[in-house]
Amino acid sequence: MKHVDEFRDPELTKGLARAIAQASTKPARFMELCGTHTMAIARHGLSRMLPPTVEMVSGPGCPVCVTATEEIDRAVKLARTPGVTVATFGDLVRVPGSHSSLAKERAAGSRVKVIYSALDALELALADPKAQVVFLGIGFETTAPTVAAAVLMAKQKGVANFSVLAAHKLLPPALAALLSGPDLGLNGFLCPGHVTTVIGTAPYEDVAKVHGLACVVSGFEPADVLGAVLMLVKQVEEGRAAVEIQYARGVSPQGNPQARALMEQVFTPVDAPWRGLGWIPMSGLGFNPAFAEFDARARFDLEVPPAADHPGCRCGDVLRGLVRPPQCKLFGQVCTPESPLGPCMVSMEGTCAAWYKYRRD
Amino acid sequence: MAIETILLDHGAGGRASHELVKSVFAGRFANPLLDPMDDAAVLLPPPGRLAISTDSFVVDPIIFPGGDIGSLAVHGTVNDVAMRGAKPLWLTAGFVLEEGLPVALLTQVVESMAKAASEAGVLIVAGDTKVVGRGQADKLFINTTGVGVLPEGLTIGAHLAAPGDAVLVSGTMGDHGTTIMAAREGLNLDAPLRSDSAALNGLTAAVLASCPGVHVLRDPTRGGLATTLNEIAQTSSVSMELDEMAIPLDPAVRGVCELLGLDPLYLANEGKLICIVEGGQARAVLAALQAHPLGRSAAIIGQVGTEHPGRVWINTSVGGRRILDMLSGEPLPRIC
Repeated sequence: MKHVDEFRDPELTKGLARAIAQASTKPARFMELCGTHTMAIARHGLSRMLPPTVEMVSGPGCPVCVTATEEIDRAVKLARTPGVTVATFGDLVRVPGSHSSLAKERAAGSRVKVIYSALDALELALADPKAQVVFLGIGFETTAPTVAAAVLMAKQKGVANFSVLAAHKLLPPALAALLSGPDLGLNGFLCPGHVTTVIGTAPYEDVAKVHGLACVVSGFEPADVLGAVLMLVKQVEEGRAAVEIQYARGVSPQGNPQARALMEQVFTPVDAPWRGLGWIPMSGLGFNPAFAEFDARARFDLEVPPAADHPGCRCGDVLRGLVRPPQCKLFGQVCTPESPLGPCMVSMEGTCAAWYKYRRD
Repeated sequence: MAIETILLDHGAGGRASHELVKSVFAGRFANPLLDPMDDAAVLLPPPGRLAISTDSFVVDPIIFPGGDIGSLAVHGTVNDVAMRGAKPLWLTAGFVLEEGLPVALLTQVVESMAKAASEAGVLIVAGDTKVVGRGQADKLFINTTGVGVLPEGLTIGAHLAAPGDAVLVSGTMGDHGTTIMAAREGLNLDAPLRSDSAALNGLTAAVLASCPGVHVLRDPTRGGLATTLNEIAQTSSVSMELDEMAIPLDPAVRGVCELLGLDPLYLANEGKLICIVEGGQARAVLAALQAHPLGRSAAIIGQVGTEHPGRVWINTSVGGRRILDMLSGEPLPRIC
C-alpha cells in the first residue's frame, strides 16, 4: 500500500530502533501530545523497541479524553430535548457523563446519530428540516477548521435547524498550562503532526527556548514515530533544545494560514474546562458574534449542575503524564473498555484504552 | 395472481400463508423430508453422535457483494456444525418478514438459500414464516438450525488447544466485515471488496481426512480472528504468539481498513476457519488447506504456548510486540 508500506518496512523500523539504542546514553522522558501517536505506539508495539533509557508518556492529546464531564452532561441534556438530533463522532457516544451517556440516551429513544464530519451533520439538518440538528464540536485545531467551514456553509445556505455545541480545544494554551504545573521530568515533546499542519511550529518555539525542551513534529506511521524519537534523543544527547520537523511531507513551519483564518472567522478563543487540567485560559473556542445564531448554547437551555467525576478516577493525572494507567486503582478492575468510568478508557485513542488493549502484562 | 408484497395476512396461517409457502418456498426447498409439509420432519440419524447449532441472521444490507442474507444463513450454520468436525446434513429455516417486503426480494433470497444448501450438501427439512408489522423488523430476518453427524472417536473443541500446537487460518481475514461496512455506509471506495461467505464443510472434511491431530476448528465470525483466538486461549488456558506478517490480508481490505481506522483482525469472516493442530502436523494441514479452493491463501500464523495463559501476543510487522486483545464495544452493527 503506497504511503503506508514504506513507513512500516521492518528493515527501516528495526534500523531506527538500533540507531536510537546506539544514540541514547542518558535517561530521557518524552511526552506524546496526540492520541493518534499513543495509538500508533501501542498498536505497533513500539515501546518494546525502545531502549530502557527512553521513556514515552502520553499527554492530553486525545480529544475525547480531555472533554470535560460537564460537556458530556450538556450533550445528554441536548439529547433529551424534544425535536433535537445530536450528531456526533462515534467515540463520544460511550463517554460517561455524571449520570448518563449518549449511548444510554439513544437506547432510551433519543436521536443520536454517529457521523464522520461536521458537513455530514449539516446534511442531516438539510435532509430533515423539522429536526434541530446539533453537532458536538470536539477536537483540536485539526478538526475546528472543518467545523468552521460547516458553520460558514450553514450561514450561506440559511440553514436554521443546524447548530454546534462547541467544545473545541487549543493545544498551545494546554501546553503552557502543563509546563506551568508540577515538574513532569520531561526532556521533550513528540509534537502532533496533524495539529501542526494547521498551527505551524511557532507555538513550540517557547517550549524549546524558554523551557529547554526538545520538540519534534512527528508523523503517525511506525517509521515516523521512531524517526522522531531518534531526533529527540539526539537533541538530548547533544544538549540542545530546538523545534524540528520529522513529518516534513505533511507539515510546513508556517502551518496552514487559510485553515486558521477560517477558524478565526467563525470562532474566538475562550476559557475552557479540560478533563484533568481544569479551566485553562483561552484554550477553547466560542462563537464570534456574526455566527452566534449557530451556537447551541444560545439556542437551547444547556445549564447543567456542576459535574461529578467518579471518585478515584485518575484520568486527570494520566492526561498530565503524572501516573501510568495501571497506577490507577480502577484500571482494569472496575474501569474497562466494556464499562469505562473515565474518558481515557473510552476513546480508542485514550491512554488507558490503548494500555488495556495492547500492554496489559 | 402472483403475490407482489408481503402483507400481515401472509403470516396469519390462513389461505394467504399457504399461498406464500407454496409459491415461494416449497418448490425451491423441495426434498422428500420437507415435502410432506407435516408439523415436524422425521429424520433417521446415521451412526455417530449428532451436532446441532442455531444462528439468527439480521445482516443489513440483506444483499451485498459476494452473497445475501439467504446464502449467509446457510453458510453460517453449516460452518458452526462443521467446526465440531461434524458432517452437516439438515437445516431448519425460520423467517421473520416485515410487512411490505417485496416478494421478488424474498424470492431472490430463498433461491440463493436453496442454491447454498444444495452446494453445501444439506437439506432444508423444516421451516416457518411469520410476518410482523412495518417497522417491527427490518425487511427480513432468518434463523437457521443445523444438525450434523459426528463420527465416533473424533473430538474437536475450543478447550483442546495445547502448548506446541500451530495456529493456521484458511485465508484472508476481515473480508466479510469490511464488505458489509462499506456497503452499509454507502462508501464509494472503488475497492474490489467481496464477502467471503462460503460453506466450509468441504474444507473441514479435507483437513480431517488428511490430519488426525487437529485440536480446534473455529470460524472467526463476529469479533474476528482476534476475539476468536482470545476465546480459545482462555478456554484452553494457553497463550498464543502470532506473527503479524504471516496473517493473510486482501490488499483492498487492508487499504479500506487503514483508511477508516479499523483493524481487520477484529472484523468478521464468513468463509474462513482457524485450525489449531499438533505442531508436527502443521505442514500437512497447510497443504490440505491450500489444495482446496477455499483455502488457497491459508497460512501458519503462530503457535500455542504457556506464558500468561489466556493471552494472545502478536509480533508486529515493524518489529514490536503487543497484546492482541478481544473486541470491545461494537465496531460494526449487524454484520451477520
